Amino acid sequence: MSDVYVMGIDMIKFGRYPESNVPKLGADAARLALKDAGLTIQDMEALYSGNLMQASAMVGQRILQEIGQTGIPVTNSANACATGATAFREGWTAIKAGLYDLVLIIGVEQLGRAGLLGGGGGGGGISKEGLLGSGTMPAVFAEAGMEHSRKYGTTFEQFAKVSVKNHQHSVKNPKSMYQKETPLEMVMNSEMIAYPNTKLMCSVNVDGAAAAVLASEKKAKELGMGRAVKVAASVLTSDPYTERDLVMPDINTCTRSAAKQAYEMAGIGPDDIDLVELHDCFATAEILHYENLGLCADGEAGKLIDQGETAHGGRIPVNVSGGLLSKGHPLGATGVANIYEVSMHLRGEAGARQVEGAKTGLTHVIGLGSACGIHILEKVG
Amino acid sequence: MAQEAAASGPRPIVSYLKIPDGGDPYLEGQCCKPCGAIFLGERQTCARCGADQQLEPKKLSNRGELYVYSIVHRSFPGIEVPYISAIVDLEGGGTVKGNLINIDPDPDQVRMGMPVEVIYQIAPRKDAEGNEYLTYYFQPQTKG
Ligand SMILES: [Zn+2]
Repeated sequence: MSDVYVMGIDMIKFGRYPESNVPKLGADAARLALKDAGLTIQDMEALYSGNLMQASAMVGQRILQEIGQTGIPVTNSANACATGATAFREGWTAIKAGLYDLVLIIGVEQLGRAGLLGGGGGGGGISKEGLLGSGTMPAVFAEAGMEHSRKYGTTFEQFAKVSVKNHQHSVKNPKSMYQKETPLEMVMNSEMIAYPNTKLMCSVNVDGAAAAVLASEKKAKELGMGRAVKVAASVLTSDPYTERDLVMPDINTCTRSAAKQAYEMAGIGPDDIDLVELHDCFATAEILHYENLGLCADGEAGKLIDQGETAHGGRIPVNVSGGLLSKGHPLGATGVANIYEVSMHLRGEAGARQVEGAKTGLTHVIGLGSACGIHILEKVG
Repeated sequence: MAQEAAASGPRPIVSYLKIPDGGDPYLEGQCCKPCGAIFLGERQTCARCGADQQLEPKKLSNRGELYVYSIVHRSFPGIEVPYISAIVDLEGGGTVKGNLINIDPDPDQVRMGMPVEVIYQIAPRKDAEGNEYLTYYFQPQTKG
């Protein structure tokens, strides 16, 4: 089977675009990615579009109405916060299968000022919220974090340090929603949403879009591999049965399984990874994923953040883009945007935030419910 | 409580809260005969082992231990905060989520692993037709 290469990739600055709409935002990213690849929509053989909030509204086709209705097959994906990574993987799969040599991937979302609590409600009778616990996202991820506290004594302060780090990283990312440092006291003293997650420990709802052009090895060679990034692994898992899974969504097991498969597929281990963009939808989640992705041994995630090993310049920089906590989390775009971030570092084009000498990077997203998408990317040459 | 649970009484907030005629309410799990996994709510097939049509009702304990929690300070409009969202492992199996009450919503007071019990009360809200609901809560275990 052919290897798959990223030939072009870009994202719009994450932010709020009330004057725009979902197809237009997606089109903006698509144009940027095509330009980055030096190709046009006429070169694309298929489109894989990821969007969550308008999952039934033919977003991919509406994007083509903006950038060129060439009649190519369009697949629209929705997979909660793993939507973008799922669309990317659909394109990867098609090239692997030998169907196409060039495909376009787009992830897009317009959230505006959607509340940070997420879904909720549903079902008959009376609302269960606040009687049978909380179904709000900050609380669900707080509970997941507290499981780590229970096992290893992880503290509120350690969770808060994740947010300090990621906000600090975002200062050097012009495409981040925010570029502001948030000292530890500010994070810990910001409004408590669901202990131990304060407001600054919750990802930011933004509008955003990111797009990528993928090519088969044959086509990549033809086009020139100078700036190509190899997709060394693409893995998608769902959550297998675990004891409390149906009451307490399990974001760990599906991540561990995806990581194991991804390392095997790429033929490497966690020690070979130079940077990671992982799913810090809440500060508590990032701590769990240090261990889930094998960046440290079980029980050592607190130490990892304390010692600055995941900060830029540390042993294994995590979320140098600013992460979902500061760059923003436009659900369907997130999984493509984190591939953009890693690709920029592998190409040596990440500017002020460049991780020097980066050769291999990993991206990770989780869609609660659950889906885990992991991609390992490698510098070519 | 038993009297209130008569035909004209409150409805259960969830299908796994059972209100027997003339008996005390309880939580009911669905236990997979081949593998022992316990689920909440009716289902056809075991999510753990895939066994089909082999689940049987099991009365769950009213005692257990607090597994993890979060203290919720911001919720949807009309929901009183703060409250403790708790996940509890029941004695003899079954994990249930609910509010932990009768303890300060303060991380210095709430202790993971603490023994808790299930209590049943009329919910403080009604549905659009004015029907009452019976809900359950957790509270720290009382002696005895
Ligand atoms: Zn079973």
